[in-house]
Amino acid sequence: MSIRGAPVEELIRRAIAGDRRSTGRLLSLVEAGGTEAERVTELTPSPTGGAHIVGITGPPGSGKSTLVARLIGVASGAAPRPAVLAVDPSSPLTGGAILGDRVRMTGVDSGAFIRSMATRGHIGGLALAIPGAVRVLEAAGFDPVMIETVGVGQVEVDITAAADTTVVVVTPGMGDAVQASKAGLLEVADVFVVNKADRPGATGTRRDLELMLELSHVTGHEDADYRPPILMTNSLDGQGVVEVCEAIIDHRTYLESSGKLAERRHRRARFEVANRLQGRFDRSLADLLDSDPVRILLDQVAAGTVSPAAAARRLAQHLVPSEARAAGPQFS
Amino acid sequence: MAEDRIRVVLAKLGLDGHDRGIKVVARMLRDAGMEVIYLGLRQTADTIVAAAEQEDADVIGLSMHNAGHLTLAPAMLGALRAADLDIPLVVGGIVPDDDAAGLEEAGVAAVLGPGATAEEVVATIRRVVRGE
Repeated sequence: MSIRGAPVEELIRRAIAGDRRSTGRLLSLVEAGGTEAERVTELTPSPTGGAHIVGITGPPGSGKSTLVARLIGVASGAAPRPAVLAVDPSSPLTGGAILGDRVRMTGVDSGAFIRSMATRGHIGGLALAIPGAVRVLEAAGFDPVMIETVGVGQVEVDITAAADTTVVVVTPGMGDAVQASKAGLLEVADVFVVNKADRPGATGTRRDLELMLELSHVTGHEDADYRPPILMTNSLDGQGVVEVCEAIIDHRTYLESSGKLAERRHRRARFEVANRLQGRFDRSLADLLDSDPVRILLDQVAAGTVSPAAAARRLAQHLVPSEARAAGPQFS
Repeated sequence: MAEDRIRVVLAKLGLDGHDRGIKVVARMLRDAGMEVIYLGLRQTADTIVAAAEQEDADVIGLSMHNAGHLTLAPAMLGALRAADLDIPLVVGGIVPDDDAAGLEEAGVAAVLGPGATAEEVVATIRRVVRGE
């Protein structure tokens, strides 16, 4: 069976029928971007209800992959077809990558679908590829879909935050209470996991996270109906993993009963559409900056005869409709 | 262009704990701009087939240092055929020249010995992915 040249419609039909290779191929098309990726996304609309999308994030080496493997083992009773998108960084120098998350997932239930994704240098591409990949997996009947990322960088935080439930994995020794109160990853957590809890300092880490959550109450940034649980695990021997699985399901139940699920999905839709717009905008911007008249203008900026701000003002009318209106017809 | 980015599944098949070589190869391929899905030790033909399907692999690389290649490489080829997967298989490691010809005849796309340079490894992977 040759799959490389198969039309998108055929691949989707086969993926829905359970052919994993077609699902794998569709994910490659989504990752590659361009018109075929758009076509895949158009033909795989998110089904109503949809899969439970769980973001799992935390620093490198915190045990995310091992935890995910354990979660698959626990979840396979309730939701028999889990999928994982495991994101690892590409080399900024060569674009290559060593994707090693599967090493920690050896021996997981063979019903699970695991896909390794490289960031491929341009993080904006990943922001488009992830929602597209989630749609493919949802259409192929996988539920839950877990997205595993290293929680560094704004876009990765955004991707994870666009999940229904975000699990943040930390380990003892990550820093003191001041680190925990720094803005970023910890703010988006719905479930905290202190992994490697058999190590010294685990209770201290838990205390720091509790203090941070307490302070959200003081500043009014607290959701009165939901407080993220802090769970202690040892994903090597599986201790505490059942509780993490329950907490993830509890959070989903809370989202449904409180009406917040619709809110999250709206946020996710906004994020996805914004990223697609950004992609178009970036292309238009690159085309504009590479055009001959603009080259001359840029030379003037370099020579100091035109200020960068003035040049940007002049060019804005070509990209932003409101600026074109303000500038009047003489510039069009 | 991201579309031509070669995806390689690398694995040790069976009970063979010598993984220094495969880690070096993983690094060679990464530095040549490929995406290496590293499965590590003690894989079975079935786990490799499952990974190759899910990862949409362009090529599979097996590292063999325990003289099991005459048994395990044909078993791997059989599993790929049974799954109807037309993905080329490259074997690397300690394979005597006399055995290499037999493996290639059986359907292994290429055999890389211990003396292979990074350039040779990368060129071989690119060649078999092109179907040459």
